[in-house]
Amino acid sequence: MNRTEPLVLGIETSCDETGIGIVRGTTLLANTIASSMDEHARYGGVVPEVAARAHLEALGPAIRTAVADAGIELADVDAIAVTSGPGLAGALMVGVGAAKALAVALDKPIYAVNHLVGHVGADLLDAHGGPGHAIDLPTIALLVSGGHTSLLLVRDLVSDVELLGETIDDAAGEAFDKVARVLGLPYPGGPQIDRVAASGDPRAIRFPRGLSQPKDMAAHRYDFSFSGLKTAVARWVEQRQDAGEPVPVADVAASFREAVVDVLISKAVAACADFGVPRLLLGGGVVANARLRQVAEERTAAAGIALRIPALSLCTDNGAMIAALAAQLITAGHEPSTLHFGADSTLPVTLIQVVS
Amino acid sequence: MLLAIDTSAGSSVAVVDRDGGVLSERSVPDTMRHAEVIGDLIKGSLDDAGIAIARLSGVAVGMGPGPFTGLRVGIAAARAFGLGANKPVVRVVSHDAIAYERYTKGHQGGMLVVTDARRRELYWSAYVGVDEHGLPLREDGPGLCKPDDVPHSALERVDTTEVSAGALGMLAEFLFLHGRPFAANEPLYLRSPDVTLSNGPKRVSG
Ligand SMILES: [Zn+2]
Repeated sequence: MNRTEPLVLGIETSCDETGIGIVRGTTLLANTIASSMDEHARYGGVVPEVAARAHLEALGPAIRTAVADAGIELADVDAIAVTSGPGLAGALMVGVGAAKALAVALDKPIYAVNHLVGHVGADLLDAHGGPGHAIDLPTIALLVSGGHTSLLLVRDLVSDVELLGETIDDAAGEAFDKVARVLGLPYPGGPQIDRVAASGDPRAIRFPRGLSQPKDMAAHRYDFSFSGLKTAVARWVEQRQDAGEPVPVADVAASFREAVVDVLISKAVAACADFGVPRLLLGGGVVANARLRQVAEERTAAAGIALRIPALSLCTDNGAMIAALAAQLITAGHEPSTLHFGADSTLPVTLIQVVS
Repeated sequence: MLLAIDTSAGSSVAVVDRDGGVLSERSVPDTMRHAEVIGDLIKGSLDDAGIAIARLSGVAVGMGPGPFTGLRVGIAAARAFGLGANKPVVRVVSHDAIAYERYTKGHQGGMLVVTDARRRELYWSAYVGVDEHGLPLREDGPGLCKPDDVPHSALERVDTTEVSAGALGMLAEFLFLHGRPFAANEPLYLRSPDVTLSNGPKRVSG
């Protein structure tokens, strides 16, 4: 196996994107993503069984496309990488089953890796296929999507990742979806809230900032909670409707978004200060939110923190980040996983590679 | 020569040859650990048979019916193996493999194959016998029903918890030899995804 510039094919099926990525070391060769998002729209959120069925149908075509895009032969790869968790169990299992069979068919080693650490690994790559680069470490990483809201301290990508905090109820992306429904906006909620909020006043309504009170900060300094915020928005809207008054949708959207962004960035910046780490990396699909990026830029600049935001095509769930993380494991001399590992929907972030 | 995979019940993998029969077969009856065991079963079956992957002419896979999560692991594995080894994948109704195995062991006449569908439901397929080549003739099904509503009560009922990939692979060999159709490329879920259509937001205030 080439351990300096390994050619790795990565398979990602933890949520509703079927991602196949191919990298050579830190150079991105292909990043194919098939999403089943449209199929979930009528249900207002990701339906696990719908996602798993879609993965099964999308995997083969996505692998073919990625191999063609990369201009390689499948037989050329040095290793197969796959997301073992965390994520939706039934969805993960499709990728795990396919990855193992592909590895056996090609007689190549397999690396089972952590999805969240993969999001951090995305920053190794250049989205346009240019040369990649090392990630400046240590760094705080804030990962925000429809499936997770996690704050990490990354000292070493392949050997030392610590979970500082995570959501104790809804993921931030889920909160966007639910509030969009309250406001009569379609799924997925993030882009819709962003669009409507553009003409609203973020200070019109003071919605609660979850787990930000002094009493909460003792036990949940880096944890998040969006369930109370979602309920507060719904209650506010209902009171308006009950009183027969119009709902100022733009102001509600902007104020809600501000509350989410404020909490996310405040806690991330606080973690940077607490740990003396002047670097913040963002990842996950919610990075598409314009206000999140703007507030992150303002507050990190004010605090002297270097901010990294990978291209959006590498922030949303993708197979390239899985391949990139495995390539780092290979380069660092880590042995492959056995064929016994499973899908672990609650895989802790400290388990960067699942060995068996 | 075929690599055969079925995860519609437990997990079963075999290497079969039309002339040589079942060269190897490895099965794990556990109905919850398909993703964990599938890689070792494939690798082990190939090693046991002692044949190079290049000598396979294809991959045969059971398309169910079976509980979805496990069923998908085998189909995903078969398709990925076919892609990696550059071999075609052929599909077989898993119940047909159960019936085929029974008929080759001497069963006479009709039979109703019944397997667990979880959530207090059953999958069934009705067979009237075999054709001139000994291949099972499925007359009805596969279907899904409540335990009290099992149809074709006149047929001898065969309740099964395991599907042999060896039997499935041999059936695939003879379906091909005799020009019989393979199953469609869609998994036999026989049940829509469990979803509740949203009727707009629920009230949170009293
Ligand atoms: Zn993710």
